[in-house]
Amino acid sequence: MGITAEMVLFWIFAVPLIASAAGVVAARNPVYAAMSLVSAFFWLAGIYVLLTAHLLAFIQIIVYAGAIMVLFLFVVMLLSLTDAELGLEKVTALKWVGITGTAGLLALVVSAITQSGPRAMKAVGEDFGTVKAVGRILFTQYLLPFEATSVLLLVAIVGAVVVAKEKI
Amino acid sequence: MVPVTHFLALAAFLFAIGFAGVLVKKNAIIVFMCIELMLNAANLTFLAFARQQGSMSGHAIAFFVIAVAAAEAAVGLAIVIAVYRSRGTVAVDEVETLRDR
Repeated sequence: MGITAEMVLFWIFAVPLIASAAGVVAARNPVYAAMSLVSAFFWLAGIYVLLTAHLLAFIQIIVYAGAIMVLFLFVVMLLSLTDAELGLEKVTALKWVGITGTAGLLALVVSAITQSGPRAMKAVGEDFGTVKAVGRILFTQYLLPFEATSVLLLVAIVGAVVVAKEKI
Repeated sequence: MVPVTHFLALAAFLFAIGFAGVLVKKNAIIVFMCIELMLNAANLTFLAFARQQGSMSGHAIAFFVIAVAAAEAAVGLAIVIAVYRSRGTVAVDEVETLRDR
């Protein structure tokens, strides 16, 4: 397969995505980690557009980069941890075991993916992944889970308020 | 056209980075961020397979994953605040009341 424009776009989005994801793990200060995560979400939204998931790309930016990360930053600012409280990351033997295990897991999954062989993408219609099409499937086939999600969010709101209250 | 394996491998890398972060990091807030990374990797896999199969069910599932991630972040961060109030720390290895010794 020759180098197509889509392939170039994929790498343009994928390399910074992995770099900013690594930045989340590498950062010691939670604010830097949050900023890396916001940038990772934006690059991932680009990948979603490549997958013709336009609605999900916008939800990714609005809900994740917008709402969830603001929540994270609020908590970081609320706690305002000092350098002493952040402490030094101790590199223990157990952590090396964890890193090795993760690398093994990654190698296993990637080898399984490569062995599965190249599979062609199906051709999709004009309306694949648009607001209209995804909305239709959400409100017909997935109506019950959709309504259950609203209950879940309500429970989460009540739970968050109760847990974070001064006196439990 | 980018083959689906590229997207799956990218999702695997993203998941591994998030998983390593959950195992290694000490700050509970950063651990939560790494969990978000793992959820995003799962979403990427759903969308890649949805594109490959030409079926939009994966988009609906990814939508639910984002909603669950929002709920998880709200409750999780509330727990972090509660732990910080009672312990004065957010380091996950210093909260060890239930630990068996």
